[in-house]
Amino acid sequence: MKAQTRLMTVLAVAGLLAMTSGSAADLGAQMAQGAGNAKSGEASYKRYCVGCHGPQGDGRGENAQWIEPKPRDFTEALFKCRSTPTGTLPTDNDLFQAVTRGFVTTNMPPWRPLTVDTRQNLVAYIKTFSPKWRSQAPGTPITIPAETPVTTASILHGRQLFQRVECWKCHGPAGRADGPAASTLTDSKDRPILPYNFSTGTRFKCGSTNTDMYRVIMTGLDGTPMPSFADQLQPNDTWDLVHFLRTLQPAHSPESVVWTPYRQAHASELPVLGADAPAEISPTDSATPPPTPAPPTTTP
Amino acid sequence: MHWCRSVSRRTSLSLVLTLMGAPAVLAVAATRAAALEPTADGVVAAVRHARVADAAAAEYAAYLLRFGRARVVAAARSYDAGITAAAHKQRAIPAFARKYGLPCSACHTVWPQLNNFGQVFRDNGYRLKNERDSPIDQAPGYWPVAARITPQFRVDRTDHQPVDAVPGDPASGQIEKTVTQSGFDLSGIDLLMIGTLSKRISFGLIPAAESDGSWHIEAAYVRFNDLMNTTWANLKAGKFELDNIVSEKRELLLSGNGGFYQSYHFVPAGDATSFGMGDNQIGMELSGHSINSYTRYSAGVFSSTDGEVGLAQGKGYDGAFALSQAFEAGALGLERIGVFGYRGSRPTTFETLDGEPVPGTGLGTKSFYRTGLAGDFFFGNLELLPLWMHASDDVALATSSFGGAPLPAGAQSPTWNSGLLEAHYYIGHQLALLGRRESIRMSKQTTPDLASDFGNVDATAVGFRWYPIMLARDGLAVHGEYSWSNTIGTAPLSGLGSGAPPLDAATSVKSSSIFMALDFAF
Repeated sequence: MKAQTRLMTVLAVAGLLAMTSGSAADLGAQMAQGAGNAKSGEASYKRYCVGCHGPQGDGRGENAQWIEPKPRDFTEALFKCRSTPTGTLPTDNDLFQAVTRGFVTTNMPPWRPLTVDTRQNLVAYIKTFSPKWRSQAPGTPITIPAETPVTTASILHGRQLFQRVECWKCHGPAGRADGPAASTLTDSKDRPILPYNFSTGTRFKCGSTNTDMYRVIMTGLDGTPMPSFADQLQPNDTWDLVHFLRTLQPAHSPESVVWTPYRQAHASELPVLGADAPAEISPTDSATPPPTPAPPTTTP
Repeated sequence: MHWCRSVSRRTSLSLVLTLMGAPAVLAVAATRAAALEPTADGVVAAVRHARVADAAAAEYAAYLLRFGRARVVAAARSYDAGITAAAHKQRAIPAFARKYGLPCSACHTVWPQLNNFGQVFRDNGYRLKNERDSPIDQAPGYWPVAARITPQFRVDRTDHQPVDAVPGDPASGQIEKTVTQSGFDLSGIDLLMIGTLSKRISFGLIPAAESDGSWHIEAAYVRFNDLMNTTWANLKAGKFELDNIVSEKRELLLSGNGGFYQSYHFVPAGDATSFGMGDNQIGMELSGHSINSYTRYSAGVFSSTDGEVGLAQGKGYDGAFALSQAFEAGALGLERIGVFGYRGSRPTTFETLDGEPVPGTGLGTKSFYRTGLAGDFFFGNLELLPLWMHASDDVALATSSFGGAPLPAGAQSPTWNSGLLEAHYYIGHQLALLGRRESIRMSKQTTPDLASDFGNVDATAVGFRWYPIMLARDGLAVHGEYSWSNTIGTAPLSGLGSGAPPLDAATSVKSSSIFMALDFAF
């Protein structure tokens, strides 16, 4: 029995050692431009992707008829989640992250269980479906400055911006996806599409962090009615808007910690949002903190 | 498990009587009574079970004397191994494909074996975590049910099988013959009902029918996922498979000699330990994994019943653990290695009333253990599944010394080692070439008079599976396989032939299977 105990101990220790080594090899993996092998990716595409995206990459796989929202049509080379400006092709890493992350509330699962090599090869193969990849270079990723502090002023300013740039027209005054334009929205294929409903608390399709939300606001979601606000919002404005949008979600967050008590104390003072909003809500409102440019620190 | 299941299916009391050391003839009678039942693999069980009392050859008599009533148990076990070989154990669940719109190949290298994406899906409680896992997020018409069955043609041949010298005349003595059995047959049916009860609670229920139509509960459990919001804590309770890297429930080979892992079910001749690493067990398991399941662990406690329902054996508990770690190897793929262990106990006597055993009051528990290493390695399209296992049973179990019976002179706890290497070569995702080599070597015999190689096993299988249909709704595989085994002095674990040991304990018994099938799930 002693020998048995010794053996079991050795095996257990070996297992624990294995657990502590390299378990996070994949976490946070990035893809260098052009790192994938399209030929190798073809086999993986047929194994994992063809059922929805189809053998031609046109989003007409055998399952597509049952799926909402519909699978991406790779022949259009239009991608929602990019780090590059609207109208430009995404980087390989953008596609890699999309494959890794999947798209919440859709049939596209997170493919993180696949090896980095496999996902890179899939990205390379996806790019073979559109000639755009041969005639155009990916856009240059936008610069994302360091996030500004979450303050009441920041959230109040973001609230004003939410009204001013008319986010409410689609997302609704309370972020419930019930704005006056919500029911009229269509995607690039004229299929009905719904705006994001902040009140559900689900993750965002293009990532769950504030940086991901910032990126979406500044790059837009190509192929959908969500435009880029890069020409309308300064970096600090965008961070303020991000902070306010977070307060529309039911989740506990730094923004909700700041905002909830303020809102409870000043509910009667807050102007309503939406079509009935008072005209005085403007970007020059007194509640707006002076913009303080932050040096760019990150590039996705 | 299968031994217990087989016996209890006929008469639960016979098991208890056997364990209590009741006259072997009682158990023989019980098994004889059931001997006319066709087994799940279509082979009549009669010749498998009626062999104990009336052996003629002197060697065989000595053999009997050595192992006594335990051979009844062993015969029953080998009978049930036949069930193991033929019954469906595998999980390929088109209901998930229907729910999530993914093809079979997303989760399976070829079904029913999981790839790492499927492993993560399983580790997450059969959830993709895309906010559409809960039943309330599914179309009302969705129903988590799938079924699988395998019509087949098979030829099984085993040499050195004892049969009556004159058919129909048990008094004529026994001679050895090569027994060949062949014909069209059916596997059992698994009704695979696995899904989610809510966003974080999963369930599994698998009623399974043997090919003769008798039903049992193959699996039934509830799993609480992501306790404390972490993938490292999940709790499962009920009846389910052990956390085996080399999963017998998902194996790709199906034939009589190839359709199970010898390593998982082997016990030395005369050993009454009822346990199979490949059998579903009843208990509770805590498990966890990294986000991509590269790191996985599980620890469980199980009733000492080898998965049998009811508590006829007593109040003992078994424990199991498994740890594994996977590494990416660039273009080669994902490489996983792990360790596992199982320590169990079984009763050797019971409380009695009027001399009759009281079920569930097992006493004098004796222990056994299995431990080893396993892996899952990819080299491009080639997958290798190695396994090494070391095992030992307590001497009382090994000699079937129940009810306080004295141990045979010189008896000791047997130990043995087993190893297997299974290879899959994938040509695309719709064709797989299969091969397996498995060996078991006794390292310490129960009694000193046994030859060192007595009980050794070598088994080999080769085959292919071609999946002409692999949709997100169903799948069809054309299966071809040839397997053979060589056992020293004992019946093949598959129970093929007459399922009985050779008349000479030194004889090498060769058994082979040819298996062609249409395997479909929908």
